[in-house]
Amino acid sequence: MSEKLLVNGNEAVALAAIDCHVDLGCGYPGTPSSEILDEFARLGGSAEWAPNEKCALEVGIGTALANGRTLVTMKHVGLNVAADPFFTIAYSGTPGGVVVISADDPGMASSQNEQDNRRYAVSAGVPMFEPSDSQECYDFLIEAFRLADTFRSPVLFRMTTRVCHSKCILNRHGAGLAPRKAEFIKDSKSNVMVPAFAKLAHRRLRKDLESMAELNEKGSWNKVIKGSSELGIITSGISYQHVLEAAPEASILKLGFTWPLPKKLIADFAASVKRCIVIDEGDNFLADNINAMGISVEGKDQEFRFGELNVTRVRKLIAGDNTPEPPAAPGKPPQLCVGCPHRNTFEALRDLECIVSGDIGCYTLGVMPPFNAIHSCVCMGASVTVGLGMRKMLPENEARKVVSVIGDSTFLHTGINGIVEMVYNRPATGHVVIILDNSITAMTGLQENPATGRKLDHTPAPAVSLEKIVEGIGVDNVDIIDTTAEHEKFKALLQERLSSNDTSVIIARRPCILAAVKAKSYEVKK
Amino acid sequence: MSNVHNIVVAGLGGQGVLKVTDILAEAVFRAGFDVKKSEVHGMSQRGGSVSSEVRYGEKVASPMVPAGEADVLAVLDASQVDVVKSVLKSDGVIITPEDLPLDKLQNPKALNTMMLGAISNHIEIPVETLLESLKANLPEKLHEMNVEMFNLGRNSR
Repeated sequence: MSEKLLVNGNEAVALAAIDCHVDLGCGYPGTPSSEILDEFARLGGSAEWAPNEKCALEVGIGTALANGRTLVTMKHVGLNVAADPFFTIAYSGTPGGVVVISADDPGMASSQNEQDNRRYAVSAGVPMFEPSDSQECYDFLIEAFRLADTFRSPVLFRMTTRVCHSKCILNRHGAGLAPRKAEFIKDSKSNVMVPAFAKLAHRRLRKDLESMAELNEKGSWNKVIKGSSELGIITSGISYQHVLEAAPEASILKLGFTWPLPKKLIADFAASVKRCIVIDEGDNFLADNINAMGISVEGKDQEFRFGELNVTRVRKLIAGDNTPEPPAAPGKPPQLCVGCPHRNTFEALRDLECIVSGDIGCYTLGVMPPFNAIHSCVCMGASVTVGLGMRKMLPENEARKVVSVIGDSTFLHTGINGIVEMVYNRPATGHVVIILDNSITAMTGLQENPATGRKLDHTPAPAVSLEKIVEGIGVDNVDIIDTTAEHEKFKALLQERLSSNDTSVIIARRPCILAAVKAKSYEVKK
Repeated sequence: MSNVHNIVVAGLGGQGVLKVTDILAEAVFRAGFDVKKSEVHGMSQRGGSVSSEVRYGEKVASPMVPAGEADVLAVLDASQVDVVKSVLKSDGVIITPEDLPLDKLQNPKALNTMMLGAISNHIEIPVETLLESLKANLPEKLHEMNVEMFNLGRNSR
């Protein structure tokens, strides 16, 4: 079986997962990774949205401990949430393979930072692949699962926005991996990370990394393109594609398996050229690690650490031209949709001059005019706890203005802990949390979540009740209101809650206008 | 990469920029070229700027069109011309809504396929292949109207 397809990197990953007989795909939606699981499910794979990335990775680990093969997907900041299991599963490993997709967003097309998650591979001691196009997404995912089978190790699969979302031609050759059989072997020494066993596991991990580095010297995933002996370029990921175009005359060492690095291959390449420069998007990851091995290569100027690389910037980089670039023409920023239920909530918050601790979702756009009604935003779930911190520091008249706003999916992701904190360590003035419940995970493309009553594939599922959760934790007041239909009532309610010393949750419930249309089509389907 | 053809389409979220470049990319794929398609959308579902790029030829490397190298720049909303014009080649072709028979546009959602018709005059892809791809990417009930809009765009020069 072999077919030629025009697909983006996310679709290529899903196709490879099918051809590797992946038993379970799980993750949390996040641009640019979100389409992988939708596509995997559409192709017949078993896929689910977890409440957050930590849960997703842990379910993946459990499946793999039962000898299954699992694909866990998330955007770069999601791995911060999943970092706890990620570091320790590197020690113990799993009999079935776990591949963790980290979809990084250099240039921040849709993210709050541009962290370079290749650092996680080094820090946790996890091997890493970096595809540069859809073909490599497909081929390397198969290699990643093969490596996982060989070493019992989790594998980090680092993609970036342009790799995830660019379409190119894929030869789906179908040479994947055989299915695995479910079984659980009780092997506590390998799978229970108490200190006595973890000490052994850590030694095993470092030894395995040495073996992987050796394997990496000869792998098909790295390639040398012989060109001029004057200029040699070491590169990986999407930067490789820009290099091919910017410096067609150069010799190129293109790395696909970028941790642990193949020292001899790199040293031989560097020695074969007069000038050796590393072209690397994001951190100086390759240059720093190669120089640390005692192989002298040129890295890039700080100027190129910001944003994405492209052909023009790579040409500048090779020319040693570090002059600041002209700023890009400002485009039209996104806005809350006309008819979006959040609009009415933000109007009230603005009119009441609240201090608003915000969160991650469409509603972060409440920061834009005409609302100007988000005053802090850090990471998923932080609205509740950051708001509590403000209440504790500010004088009473100011503290009373502090409101936390959080979406339904974000609340289930990491907002619940904040409510526990609010009840346990309550500020003297109490606090007010508004759950902006539009009954969908809207910003990333209308994915389901545990409260929508539908699974990833939009078939019916048990719905988690937001109001029962907050009531159960022990919040003083829980109200449910449609801030569009009952705008004045909402304003009065908000004022009343702000003037009391109670802990209050107001669930502002009205479906996203984009999701409402879709939800109807799902009902017809079933 | 001198044999690579670069087409950039820009507009606002909701105008079908990504759909029309999907149709175009699939058509050049069907025509037997190497092709790459890239897009910047971010939070564009919320009405912000969107642009998407199709590159094709014997062999394409970077999925992104370098500044000053677009052969054709098609802009679906006049407000976006200044945002993207730096991508256009000095002798490249720019097409804006002004160049289209907007009085015959049956539905604002079909502006993208009317634009595709106008683009088709500047690329060496058979019209039949473009229409095959258009039909493969749209539900059947929309075929007739979109083919009509495509033809209006194609005959607009």
